Parts: sequence; structure tokens; C-alpha cells
Amino acid sequence: MDQAFFLLFAAASVITALTVVLARNPVHSALALMACFLQISAIFVLLEAPLLAVIQIFVYVGAIMVLFLFVIMMIDVREAVLQRFLPGGNLPALVLLVLLGVEMLVLVLWSDRFSVTEPVAMRGGDQIRQLSMTLFADYLLPFEAASVILLAALVGAIVLARKEQG
Amino acid sequence: MVPLWWYILLGVVLFVIGAAGVLLRRNILVVLMSLELLLNSVNINFIAFGRYYDDFRGQIFAIFVIAITAAEVAVALGILVALVRNKSTLKVDDVTMMKG
Repeated sequence: MDQAFFLLFAAASVITALTVVLARNPVHSALALMACFLQISAIFVLLEAPLLAVIQIFVYVGAIMVLFLFVIMMIDVREAVLQRFLPGGNLPALVLLVLLGVEMLVLVLWSDRFSVTEPVAMRGGDQIRQLSMTLFADYLLPFEAASVILLAALVGAIVLARKEQG
Repeated sequence: MVPLWWYILLGVVLFVIGAAGVLLRRNILVVLMSLELLLNSVNINFIAFGRYYDDFRGQIFAIFVIAITAAEVAVALGILVALVRNKSTLKVDDVTMMKG
């Protein structure tokens, strides 16, 4: 049952990811990426990480993709639709990609570290409580650093996108 | 139950697709979206390993990756808006201002 669901979500996410890369219109890419993120959040649910699945939907689908669509609306994408896209136009990059993919596949299928079995001791229902205890006790400093980074990015984005005076 | 290497394989496939988008496409918007795809494939790996080795740190690092991604997208789209306003181009090849 789990395997069938995993195969369904994985196939859908791969197809939508291919659409992101191959679509000519950036709006189609953005919508396909949104669908891909939804599939990935379903995979997070399969991995018993419901908090991450909800964060994925809120942050990626709700915030980041809406930001992308706003920017696409602000700028003129008609020129971008016209430009040609040749997958074979950049041969060294293509060779590099094939090598990278084959290398990672061989390493994953070769090694026996990835054939670990499922942990027997299932965590109870207070998984999110334990997660937040770890996050706010052991990882408090990185958490604060992340909030400072977000604030700096906010200020930086406003300064960058502002019209220059004079 | 789903074996661990299925998840890793999915992460590999999504990573290669995202890298293809970064390396082969010439539209800045699509390059940025492919970067999102790369970061998401890494997140799948983090959470899968965290689940199978029964460790919360995978999920915690995934939360940090998501936060950094949000910051990155905000800054990148700000730069993109400024770029379109000043040079009115969306092609990666046309942006050579920093070239020595």
C-alpha cells in the first residue's frame, strides 16, 4: 500500500519536474513546480514528517511560488516564450549531467548503507513535541541565526527592488 | 514498507533534473525554479535518512534548508526585478556586468 502510494507520488513529481525544465512558458514552469512541491509534501507525509509536509505547503506553495508568479506578472515574459530551447545545445553540460546521474545511481545501488530496514521502535504521537524540544533546545543558536538571515534578506530584497531616487 | 533507497533514488532523479534546468536553460526565472527543485531533492534525502536512522536532526536540517531557501528566493527575485528594470533582459547569457 505504502509502496503503491510512493510510486504514484514519485512518478507524478518526476513528471512535473520534467515539465518545469522543459516548458517553454515560465508560467507553465511555475505551475508545474507548484504541483511538484505538492507531490513532495505528500512524500513527506509518507515519511511520517507531517510538520515538514505542512511547512512545505505553506512556505513553498503558499509563499515562494506566489512570489514567483507575482514577479512573472510584473515583468514581460513574452520575449522569453519566443526564445528557443535546445536540450542538445550545450553538449559539455549534458555530458556532465549524464555522468553525474550515472555516478550517483551506481553509488546508491552499489552501497549497502541504503538498504537499512525500517526502525522497529515506532515513535509515539508526541513526535512534534520531541522535534520542537530538539529544535529549541539543542539547535537554538542556528534557529536565531536563521531568523536574522531572514530579516537581512527581507531588508535586502526591499532595498534591491526599490526604485532609485534621482 | 518502502525501502530507503527508493527515496534516495527519487532524490537523485529530482537533483539531476534540477541540475539540467540550471545548466541548460537560459531563462533566469526557470534557472531559479530549478534551484528550488535542487534544494527540495536534498530535503527528501534529509528526511528519509532521519526517518530510517530514527533521528530528528534530519527534519531539523530540512527546516533550516527551507528557511534559507525562502531568504534566497526573496533576494534573488529582488535582484531579478532590478535587473529587468535596468537591462530589460531575462537571458542568463546577457548578464555579463561582473565579467572582468
